[in-house]
Amino acid sequence: MKIIEAENLKKDYNGFSAVKGVNFHINRGEIFGFLGPNGAGKTTTINMLTGLARISGGRVKLLGEDYTRNHKKAQAMMGIVPDESNLYEELNGWENLCFCGALYGMERDRREKRARELLEQFGLEDASSKPFKAYSKGMKRKLTIAAGIIHEPEILFLDEPTTGIDVAFARQIRNLIVDLHDRGTTIFLTTHYIEEAERLCERLAFIVEGEIVREGTVEELMREAQGENIVNFTLGGDFNEVKKEFKAVFPDYGYRIGRDSVISVHSPEAFSLLPLVQFFEERGLPVYEAKIARPSLEEVFVKVTGIELKKMQNQKEGRG
Amino acid sequence: MKTWIAFANILMKDMRNYYLKPPNISWGLIFPVAWTLMFFLRSPVAVEVRDLLPGVISLSILFGTTSMLAVTITFERKSRSFERLLLAPISLNLLMLAKTSGAIIFGMVNAFIPVVFAAFLTSLQGINWLMVLTSVIFIAITSTFLGLFIAVSVSQVFEAQTFSNFFRFPMIFLCGLFIPLQDLPVFLQPLSYALPLTYGADILKTAVNDNGIIPVPLSFLVLLAFSALLFAYSIYNVNRKWIS
Repeated sequence: MKIIEAENLKKDYNGFSAVKGVNFHINRGEIFGFLGPNGAGKTTTINMLTGLARISGGRVKLLGEDYTRNHKKAQAMMGIVPDESNLYEELNGWENLCFCGALYGMERDRREKRARELLEQFGLEDASSKPFKAYSKGMKRKLTIAAGIIHEPEILFLDEPTTGIDVAFARQIRNLIVDLHDRGTTIFLTTHYIEEAERLCERLAFIVEGEIVREGTVEELMREAQGENIVNFTLGGDFNEVKKEFKAVFPDYGYRIGRDSVISVHSPEAFSLLPLVQFFEERGLPVYEAKIARPSLEEVFVKVTGIELKKMQNQKEGRG
Repeated sequence: MKTWIAFANILMKDMRNYYLKPPNISWGLIFPVAWTLMFFLRSPVAVEVRDLLPGVISLSILFGTTSMLAVTITFERKSRSFERLLLAPISLNLLMLAKTSGAIIFGMVNAFIPVVFAAFLTSLQGINWLMVLTSVIFIAITSTFLGLFIAVSVSQVFEAQTFSNFFRFPMIFLCGLFIPLQDLPVFLQPLSYALPLTYGADILKTAVNDNGIIPVPLSFLVLLAFSALLFAYSIYNVNRKWIS
């Protein structure tokens, strides 16, 4: 079931098109990722979906109901975690959570119970009475996520949740995202970390310069990028001794000799492993490992967008 | 969705975090005392406290409300915590009313501090207290919405202060608070009548000393019109600039 549908969604700023008519949907219960470089239109899209930016064209639906011109009803079902923590610096963790619950009309008992649960779930009980300004960056991000889900939203928007925080906290936050997903929360995630998208998301869209250049499940995207089938064999002998025979027996297969006795066999068609394993074994070359080589999502992204990932990450993290 | 819970919590948070902080309470006490003393010291003739009261009440409200609201909203905008309010499922009108209610209450409390001081110095008999209370409410609302108008017109905290003074200081001298309107140069009088505080101060003059010159119902109507206009324009600006 589709929870969010964006149809030909556009955003113009004084003649500049930040988002150029994107179409996508998010299924209930899935983690949908928006992957793209700085300035691609990720945050603008989130802002349009959540009501922080006016929509210049197209429409958005929540559970089939058009809310393009009236976000207020839809906002009750949304949790939003922006790319920078936006809680109140002078309030402590507990007060921030309770205040955010109150903004969604939660009664005192319910919001206090929920705040206690979240502080425990996010490992922030000991910091609950500290002012938010005294939190580390990772703790701030965790509390901001907790504030985003205090009212148990149908869908959670996470804008670059792990950008700029250390590895340990980033790992904790990824685990929290998986945990939220396991509990049934639909998640819209924007990120520029390809491995994060690959690990967390069920479906992905690549957005570049305000346009979705590719969309699909991780499997679909990888399949598209895979030009040929490759299997890497780790052998217990010298392949050079049998390579002429190999060519004669398997004329349609190509091969590359790699390091450490690894032979990559490739073919445009899918192939069966058994004849190959038998071939090597019968010629005294034991097969220690046979591994199907798949392109990484990184390769897919680079192939589709032409953008170098390292450059994209450095740009986002302000490293030039 | 129980919107009153959101409204009440925004109001209570603002009261706790901004308005009930010691510096603001002391501001509310020092400001009227300073103004009263200034007139006592500078006036060549004996000054009657009761004559000063409408002016000091008006200024206490004006400065209290505009300073606080303009600065707090600009500050929350800068720290992005205001975004959290914009993302809450409550209407923009209700949100802005919740944000301004704290300032209105603060302005009303500020208004009665000079009254308490005056009670020790002069007789307050014969004052129309109902009219004082009503005018204080109206002045507090109009001044707060002026603060809101300032807050949504600027983007930096220092700009909010400067822009506030652009409106406040002319009002001190042009609203008949300390210089009667009829004594102002003729070319300045139309400007006086274009300022909301002129009407609020005049109601207070009628209520305290029965020497106002503008019909009271007209003054209330004008204050109401200013409030509606400032609020509507502020909402328009929020929609145009902050949800762009």
